[in-house]
Amino acid sequence: MEPPWRCGVRLVWQPLRKQRDSRGMASTGPSVFAISDRPIDVTRLRSELESHAAGAAVCFEGRVRDHNDGRAVHGLSYQAYVELAEAEGARIVAEAHDRYAVERIVCVHRIGELALGDVAVWAGVSAGHRGAAFDACRYVIDEVKARVPIWKREHYVEGASEWLHPGA
Amino acid sequence: MNYRLLYFASLCDAAGCAGETISSNAPDARALYAELAARHGFAFTPDRLRVAVNGAFTGWDTRLADNDEVVFLPPVSGG
Repeated sequence: MEPPWRCGVRLVWQPLRKQRDSRGMASTGPSVFAISDRPIDVTRLRSELESHAAGAAVCFEGRVRDHNDGRAVHGLSYQAYVELAEAEGARIVAEAHDRYAVERIVCVHRIGELALGDVAVWAGVSAGHRGAAFDACRYVIDEVKARVPIWKREHYVEGASEWLHPGA
Repeated sequence: MNYRLLYFASLCDAAGCAGETISSNAPDARALYAELAARHGFAFTPDRLRVAVNGAFTGWDTRLADNDEVVFLPPVSGG
């Protein structure tokens, strides 16, 4: 069986999510969670946050770091259960919309082989004011890390590699 | 019954494959995991895993149906 994380190009925009504009009305701006097996185009994702109702936009980039837990790292592999990851990610984005007064939310997580400095996850939020934008961005990235079925394998400079399963 | 299993991360390594279809009499996910853990030497106890059936999270005691896609999810490490 072909590994599920190598099945073609994955950048699936979720169906439009009901949002509330500055007057509390539902609008149809896109909010998105996606898994991508191609490099994350940060410029394109930032443009997805554009809204004339937004006075603030906050973005978080999670990047591949050259060390973890005292070991030198030269790269990461990410694997996802794509169908469930996208469903759970969409739930997180919807929760953030319910909790915070935001305009748009975009979050994309990479899978595949990543080198040092590559963007592994990108989360961006636009909102009327900066407080909600910071809070919602923090909520999205924290929940994605805790709940979405994605796994990283660290490749160490000394040669070994290991899947990370926190909480052992 | 036939179940379609997908394996991820260290469970994929332990099973030696990304997925398989097996014939089993296990009525629920708990019994199925016990069978697979014995076969493949999975080290995780069930309390460290989550279960998904047909692409949705579910409980360990949910009854399984023929041809279900069953996934045991080890602790996640995205981000």
